[in-house]
This record gives sequence, structure tokens and C-alpha cells, in this order.
Amino acid sequence: MPGNTTDVRRYPGFFAFTILCLVLLYTPLIIVTIYSFNDSTSITTWGGFSWRWYQDVFFGIEAAKFKTAAWNSLSIATMAAITATVIATSAAIGMIRGNSFRGKSLSFGLINLPLMVPEIVSAVATLIFFSAIGITRGYFSILIAHMVFCIPFAYLPIAARLEGIEKSYEEAAIDLYATRWKAFTRVLMPLLAPGIMSGFLLAFIISLDDFIITNFVKGAGVETLPTAIFGSVKQGIKPNIMALSTLMLLVSVFFVSLSYYVNKLGERSRK
Amino acid sequence: MAGLPSQPSSEGKLSAGVFDGIAIRLLAPSWLMIGFFLLLPVAMMLVYSFLTKEFRGGVIWEPSLAAYDQFIFDRGLFGDEPPVIEWTYITIFGRSIWQAALATVLCLIIGFPTAYYIATRPANTRGVWLFLITIPYWVNLLIRTVSMKFLIRDTGPLNQFLISTGMIDSPIHIVNTNFAVQLGLFYSYLPFMVLPIYAAVERYNFALSEAAFDLYASRWTTLRKILIPVVKPGIIAGCILVFIPSLGAFLAPDLLGGAKTFMIGSLIEEQFKGSAGNWPFGAAASMILLSMVLLVLMFYARQQTRAGNGAR
Repeated sequence: MPGNTTDVRRYPGFFAFTILCLVLLYTPLIIVTIYSFNDSTSITTWGGFSWRWYQDVFFGIEAAKFKTAAWNSLSIATMAAITATVIATSAAIGMIRGNSFRGKSLSFGLINLPLMVPEIVSAVATLIFFSAIGITRGYFSILIAHMVFCIPFAYLPIAARLEGIEKSYEEAAIDLYATRWKAFTRVLMPLLAPGIMSGFLLAFIISLDDFIITNFVKGAGVETLPTAIFGSVKQGIKPNIMALSTLMLLVSVFFVSLSYYVNKLGERSRK
Repeated sequence: MAGLPSQPSSEGKLSAGVFDGIAIRLLAPSWLMIGFFLLLPVAMMLVYSFLTKEFRGGVIWEPSLAAYDQFIFDRGLFGDEPPVIEWTYITIFGRSIWQAALATVLCLIIGFPTAYYIATRPANTRGVWLFLITIPYWVNLLIRTVSMKFLIRDTGPLNQFLISTGMIDSPIHIVNTNFAVQLGLFYSYLPFMVLPIYAAVERYNFALSEAAFDLYASRWTTLRKILIPVVKPGIIAGCILVFIPSLGAFLAPDLLGGAKTFMIGSLIEEQFKGSAGNWPFGAAASMILLSMVLLVLMFYARQQTRAGNGAR
């Protein structure tokens, strides 16, 4: 593509907007990362480089609280993402490969319902529901709520991948006397694997990220990392929170990069 | 939400597909899960919005219109005065719509050129640009909002930087203003604007622009009269994807705003915290928010079908 001024695609200034966009997106994160290494107790002044707030996160007064919260977050995210991925894989095959029936389009709406209902509304509805049927709020109620809103996030990449796989593969398996289950586990699932993997990772990150719904259904005493951080931040931003935030930031970046990489691999294998 | 993916029929073959006949069984787990733990709860929320409030938080099972009445009318402290319009909650909803709209405009102004720029890069670098735009979205929303607050505080790095360079003498107050909330919402949902516009521009046929050029249209006329109308569905999708979550957002208004920037999310949250809450009122406010969102989505669905019919 020629980069000269007569190129119809080129609009002067759009590059500047793109840079501005990236600056706006990254500055807050970079600044917090830098200040998490600040030796000073005051968050405003720079007192030299230090690891002390990271030590504080792991060994300080609040370390026990953060550890429990981190464990809750990770275990809930893992279980919710696995469940959601299994349900979403089954749903994607049903939607894309299954026979048509009346109400199938409604089904598409139902799967994506958690994306359409505003989070705060889901939070209120779930809280009301749990209290009405008498489920005690705590770890279990958080887990259930997370499973639900993770389903569409797991569904989207799996369905996208499945649409790109031709039917003939599993049909060949059936013609060669594979059972339906074998055709799925031996033929379709390996082809679908990149989609399933990125669906799982998406669901996992979304679960780790959630604040509002968790905050409503968690009850007293059970905290996940976001609710614990929120509680702390309400009393002012402290340096140890910045260190914790930086660690979570790294975890997110790791998982997103992993998901991106898996997708890239998937694209390559399709060609 | 473009409807169902079309199923290519396997030609010349009468045998049913591998997964024919079990579609319902495959879909059942997702129906059960979402139906039981989301659809049913929303229905229950609707019921709760018509019940009487219990003072310790919760409800008394007695039908009442009090929640909706409280939303619109002020009947005095004891509820026996002639009703006058109560503006408090209407104002909060109006402000939320306004803030969400401004955040959407902010996202559009910065998101459109960005999406366009990325879509016109060589195919092998587009992925990297998109990845750069989407990484922040995957960072915990709470952490992003806190980071933004840290940056723009009165004594924060932004003000320190501006003062040290001599551009300003005293810190600019950004936190607790409407602008801070818009900035926070912008920061929260920007990728939702960029991605659909990117997808639309990527599919855009640049021969159209070239034709306009050949007929002596200027660069900006081409943009306004040719490109934007063609990629409009993407722009509308982006606006809706930013507007809807902004409307019910909780973190950005709560952390970056103050009492003057109170939005729907905080209003609802307040009704379920502690004994001062009012569950039926919170349920009613949620129902009103949900209805607004559904209206926007219906508008969107109509736009998309119209665009789909027009284009193909």
C-alpha cells in the first residue's frame, strides 16, 4: 500500500488520534505500576525504588485477607470458567450443528441474555432470587452467579470457531462407524480446541474481573480480590493496593496474551 | 445479534447431520442455567418491585405500587399530602443518560479515527494494533478505574506534572466532576467502540472512495458522504455497546464522581446496602433501567435488519 499523500485511505491526523487513544489507555496503568515501586509511605511523593509494597502484599497486615480473597477469586474463576465452557460448547454444537426446531432463535437470545441485561440489574435480580429461595449468600452463591454470566463469553469464540469447521469431518467419522460421542471427542473437539481454549480463558478473565455481581451476592465475610480492593480503596488509595493492582494487571496481560496466542495458532492450523 | 448462522446443507446427501435430533438436549444445560439463575430472577425482581418494603431490608409479601409511586411522586413525609412530582430520581436517570451519551460521544471522537487507522494498516500489523487496544479492556475494571483516579487526583501525577512544567499554577480539580465520570466511562468501554467500527471499515470497499475522488470530491467530503454512511451500522453498534454499559455503570461514577454525579448504578446499589435500603424501590429502579436498555436494543435490532436489507 503506497503511503503517499494521494492515497485515498489516508486521513491526516488519524494517526495522532490513535496515539492519543493508546496514551489515554495506558498512562493510568503505567503510572500505577511505577508508583507501586515507590519507597515513600505517601503516595504523592516519589521516594526512590523499592519492593516494600510487594512484601507488604504478601507478608503485611492485610496479607491474610488478600490471600483468602485471591484464593476465592481464582478457585471461583476456575470452576465457573470450566462449567461455563462445557455448557457453552454443548450449546454451540446444538445451535450450529443441531437440527432446527421452533424457538431456536429464542435460544440464541437466551444464551446471550447475560450480555444484554446490565450487570447491576443481573446483580439485583440474583440477590433477590437467592434471598427468596433461601440460599445463604457466600462462596456458593458467587460461584453460581459467575457460572451464568461466563456462559456467553465462553460461547462466542467457540461458536465462531465451530462455524469455520466443515461438517464433513464429523460426518466422515460417523461413516466410519464412530459413535456420536467418539466423533465429538476424537474429531470435532481437537478441531474445536483453540475456540474452547480461548472461550475458557475469556470466561476466566471475566470471572476474575467481576465486581458488581459479586458485591451483591457475596454476603458478609466472603471477599474476592475486586471486592477486597474496593473495600480498601474506599478509605483512600494505599501503596500496597497499587502493588496488588500491578500484580493483577500482570495476570490479566498474561492470560490475554495466552488467549491471543492460542487464537493465532488456531488460525494457522485452519489454513 | 445478526441472527442464526446459516447452515450449509450437505449436498447430495440425505442422511441427517451428526448432531441432528439432539439439538434440544445439547442446548438444555445452557437454558436451565440461564433460565433458572437469570431469567427467573429477573421475573422475580419484577414481582418484588410491586411488593411492600420491609424496614430491615427485604420485602413484605403485600402488593403495592409504592416503589414506582416513590419514583415519580413526592407525597410528603407521611404520605398524606397531595402528590407533587418528585424530581430527585428522574434527575438521576436523566443525568445517567446524559453522562452515558457524552461518554459515548467521547469514545466515538477518539475511537473512530483509531478504528479507521487500524483497519487501513497492512493486514499483518492490524492484529497487533487491535491487541494493543484490547489489552486494557482485559485488565480488571476496578483496577483501571482506581488507576485513573490515582492519575487525576488533585495531588496526583497529572497535576504534579502540569505544575512542574509551569502550565498551571494550582491543581485542576478533575475528580468528583462530571468530566471525571465521563473519562472513567470512556476508559472502561472504549474497545467496544473501536472493535465494531474496525470490523465495518475493514469490510469497506475503498473503490467507492476512489470513485468519489475521481469525481473531485475532497478527502473530507468522501469521508462524510461515502465512508461514514457505509460503515454506519458499525458506528451504531459501537455507540450502543458503549452507551448501554455506561448507563448502568457503578464503578466509574462511584469512585471518580461524587454526590453531584450520582448515577443509576449507585442509586440501585444504595437500596440493597444495609438497613437504610429499600428493596422494592431498588427492584423498580432496576426494572426501569432494564426497560430502557431493551428499548435501545430493539432500536438497534431494527437498524441492523434495515441495514442488512439495504446492503444486500
